[in-house]
Amino acid sequence: MATEEQSEGLAFHPMEQFKIQPLFNDGPIHWYTITNATLWMAVVLLCVLALFVIGTRGRAIIPSRMQSVAELGYGFVHKMVEDVTGKDGLKFFPYVFTLFCFIVFSNFLGLIPGAFTTTSHIAVTGILAVAVFLAVTIIGFVKHGTHFLGLFWVKSAPLALRPILAVIEIISYFVRPVSHSIRLAGNMMAGHAVIKVFAAFAPLILISGIGIAVTPLSILAIVAMYALEILVAFIQAYVFTILTCVYLRDALHPGH
Amino acid sequence: MANTTTEVAEAAGEAAGQAADAAGQATQSAGMPQLDFSTFPNQMFWLVVALVLIYLVLSKIALPRIAGIVADRQGTITNDIAAAEELRAKAVEAEKAYNKALVDAREEANKIVAEARVDIGKDLDKATAKADAEIAAKSAESVKRIEEIRASAAKNVEDVAKETAEAIVSALGVTADAKSVASAVAARLKE
Repeated sequence: MATEEQSEGLAFHPMEQFKIQPLFNDGPIHWYTITNATLWMAVVLLCVLALFVIGTRGRAIIPSRMQSVAELGYGFVHKMVEDVTGKDGLKFFPYVFTLFCFIVFSNFLGLIPGAFTTTSHIAVTGILAVAVFLAVTIIGFVKHGTHFLGLFWVKSAPLALRPILAVIEIISYFVRPVSHSIRLAGNMMAGHAVIKVFAAFAPLILISGIGIAVTPLSILAIVAMYALEILVAFIQAYVFTILTCVYLRDALHPGH
Repeated sequence: MANTTTEVAEAAGEAAGQAADAAGQATQSAGMPQLDFSTFPNQMFWLVVALVLIYLVLSKIALPRIAGIVADRQGTITNDIAAAEELRAKAVEAEKAYNKALVDAREEANKIVAEARVDIGKDLDKATAKADAEIAAKSAESVKRIEEIRASAAKNVEDVAKETAEAIVSALGVTADAKSVASAVAARLKE
């Protein structure tokens, strides 16, 4: 009975926060239904507009704070694309920058208490990763034709090893979108779920005496996890973007 | 008989349906919402909409603008550096010109000083000569006057002596003419 009460008092629903719900009614979720995911994607769009359009409207030589942040983001991704893919990769820069902006804003907005993290869903990151995968494959074949298959035929390896390496390379090539998407969604989901679990322990002080020790610990743990999540939010956006650049380089210069 | 069979079948179907519903709800509430495939079309649709909009905003407005700003700034910096270089060169030139002017001015000043010294020397010589001449003239005049004074003094002495001698002679009761007294006095004065 006591344990039941406790488990009723301490509501563990770490996955509740990822639930997709319609915003305006409780009906079924059609493809066009406006849901909380839609809302937070719209917020991402608004943030992008605010930072990169309104923030740069002054076009100042000596930038305002907003404009310097926008320029910082621009320079960061621009340099990444240029360094990793080379000069000819810069024509894909808007696309890469779109991915980076969407992911970084989604991740950070998801850290607002009560917010919904669109990038914690495999459906979202899956689309992002598959789009990169398809784009890279198509660019590779359009630019290099069948030479693109040379990516799987490692010339620097001994001839006997090459077929085996080719099999490994092909598998790793097709695993890319999977790891690419699950890495991001998994990181986002795990961090948020852990915070939620710690948060569920926090009200223990209202229920039982042991809460005197548990509640401060859980609050401390939430703070620590939150700090870590801030780091992860940026790092995962960075990792997704730089991997996109690395895959693009494979498509543009399959020789290496 | 047939009726009951259908009823049973219906009941079984209903139960199965409820069980399936319950199971579905259970998996939905307990499992990961990420694996609820019924929401996938919705998320994918809105994701594509969001990405296309962000892409359009960035590629049409934001990125060209930021690229322009960065290029402008680079241009401004390059221009400013060039201008600064030019100004520096000008400053070096100006310093050179200033130093040259300084040296010239010093030379000019030295020349003027030397000329002035020569002029002043000449003036000084002239003035000295004039002063010497004046002094000589004045001293000559003074000598003349002294001579005169001396002469008049001697004459006065002679007169006084003559008068005194005549007075003494008459006091002694001897009448003597003026001529002889004068000659006697003159003779005594010469001794």
